[in-house]
Amino acid sequence: MKFVVCLKQVPDPETPASAFKIDAAGKKVVPAQGIAPVVSPFDTQAVEAALRIKDAQGEGHITVLSMGAASARDVIKHALAMGADEGVLIDDPALTDVVDPFVTVKVLAAAIRKIGGVDAVITGRQAADWDWGVTGPGLAEELGMTQATFAKAVTAQNGNLVVERVLGDGFETVSIPTPALVTVSNELGDPRYPQLRQIMAAGRKQVTNYTLADLGLSAADIAPRLTLEKLYIPVKESQVEVIEGETAQEKAANLAKKLREAKLI
Amino acid sequence: MAEGVLVIAEVADGKLNPLTAEMIAAGQRIVGEVGGIVNVAIFGSNAETLAPEAVAAGGDLVYTFAEAQLDEYLTDTYVPAAEMAISVADPAIVLIGQTSNGRDLAPRLAFRLGAGVVMDVTEFSISGGQVSWTRPCYGGNARAVLAVNTPLQIATIRSKSFDPLPADTGRAGDTIPMESGIDAGAVKQKLVSRETAQAEGIRLEDAPVVVAGGRGLGGPEGFKPLEDLANVMGGAVGASRAACDLGWYPPSQQIGLTGKTVSPDLYIAVAISGASQHWAGMANSKNIVAINKDPDSTMVKNARYAIIDDYKNALPALIDEVKKLKG
Repeated sequence: MKFVVCLKQVPDPETPASAFKIDAAGKKVVPAQGIAPVVSPFDTQAVEAALRIKDAQGEGHITVLSMGAASARDVIKHALAMGADEGVLIDDPALTDVVDPFVTVKVLAAAIRKIGGVDAVITGRQAADWDWGVTGPGLAEELGMTQATFAKAVTAQNGNLVVERVLGDGFETVSIPTPALVTVSNELGDPRYPQLRQIMAAGRKQVTNYTLADLGLSAADIAPRLTLEKLYIPVKESQVEVIEGETAQEKAANLAKKLREAKLI
Repeated sequence: MAEGVLVIAEVADGKLNPLTAEMIAAGQRIVGEVGGIVNVAIFGSNAETLAPEAVAAGGDLVYTFAEAQLDEYLTDTYVPAAEMAISVADPAIVLIGQTSNGRDLAPRLAFRLGAGVVMDVTEFSISGGQVSWTRPCYGGNARAVLAVNTPLQIATIRSKSFDPLPADTGRAGDTIPMESGIDAGAVKQKLVSRETAQAEGIRLEDAPVVVAGGRGLGGPEGFKPLEDLANVMGGAVGASRAACDLGWYPPSQQIGLTGKTVSPDLYIAVAISGASQHWAGMANSKNIVAINKDPDSTMVKNARYAIIDDYKNALPALIDEVKKLKG
């Protein structure tokens, strides 16, 4: 099977809230000093999902695809070290600070068409920066693929993908024909960690660079459908009231009283 | 000319889910400013039985698609059904729940219809007839305000972000039975099996009170008093990622960026330090109580009320006091 896994480089989601800063005028996040960007966590699990199918099948080819600045080469390298076969980076000045996932979908879809003959596209369920959760189903529609979102397990059986999906109140299993698009949820489990030997080998794997022109896209093709009006850090009401009391019982009684007054009990 | 709002209702356990009434209320607020009516589309065999509920919640016109093939959600059946509802209701704005079904449906529908889509909306404002949608991003660290530039806008709405209108069973509203006209040949997904993980108790996302525990509990047995407190308060129990990763509590109950998003009236965080990954899943809680030994933890600093004590002492005492108040 021929796979494309989409990756995004994001600010480390484990960045402490105190180090999280916004440039309000530029409506963008200021990179935290000394904290390196990472592969969006769901995306490394998407790579893992593709690798598990490839391992089980004993064959397959995995292309990892990222849209981003030159630094996004690092996330491609990470996926190649995990075991992916080749990388494609779409780096174009017109794609700086993309907010609207519509743009991302248009660009990634064009790249996936250019790669050609793809049986399965796997993405994370959402990127850990904008948390949209649009790219996966958007790509599926754009490419005319059957989708299965929020996968915790994916296997290939007789040319179909069998996907265990995580639902709000349980799980379901769906079978979908290829070409298919799967989005992966954290329940898939830990992605493998590259060994030194693999990291060395990844250096020799091919990474192709594309610009918008290479993909046959013009600025008009990727005109956003959304306008970001404002980006801000919500002010938390840090007026905590520490409940008084000599003993735990006294504190509990005072809290229960407060909650009753607030009609919460 | 497209105007008004269409709410895609969601049915759970044979009823409209609470989020549907919240979306209808949000829809009424929108049409109050920009004009038009609130249409509601209900899918599934018992759609017609549920229509009065949608009208009582504030729906003006209800389209029912009473078809057994819509009893279970599949992208391949719901996208064309929603498309049909949109073509007859001709709304300017479509509201869909930010649920596992809505998160699967809304983006695909948007790309099919050439619509801009804003996911996970928690607030909006209207100025000059244009809606500005607010949604959390960066794991809850930031809020983005966005406008949609396309004639048709799709927004998914986070549960518990809007208050429902008081149910008015005397309200007038029409119901129009519809047929989805789904092309069976285009349904490629095959549902093999479905299981409900949480048969008993209140769903975490619907619970008015959530009692959640973290690594500070020290072990799986630490969740017992949390369950007892949730029971007396009519709530549900959640856990931080750290606690789930350690295998102390089922992953289905994880709250946070990589788990569930809750916004209860009352969130009681027990021995949770309050990493931003956790905060992402509960920042919209109306009231936060922290029970923690560490007065400097992020959770305590950002809570409304805090008890600084060992949970092993505080929880049994709190259960006791709540029981007393409840009589």
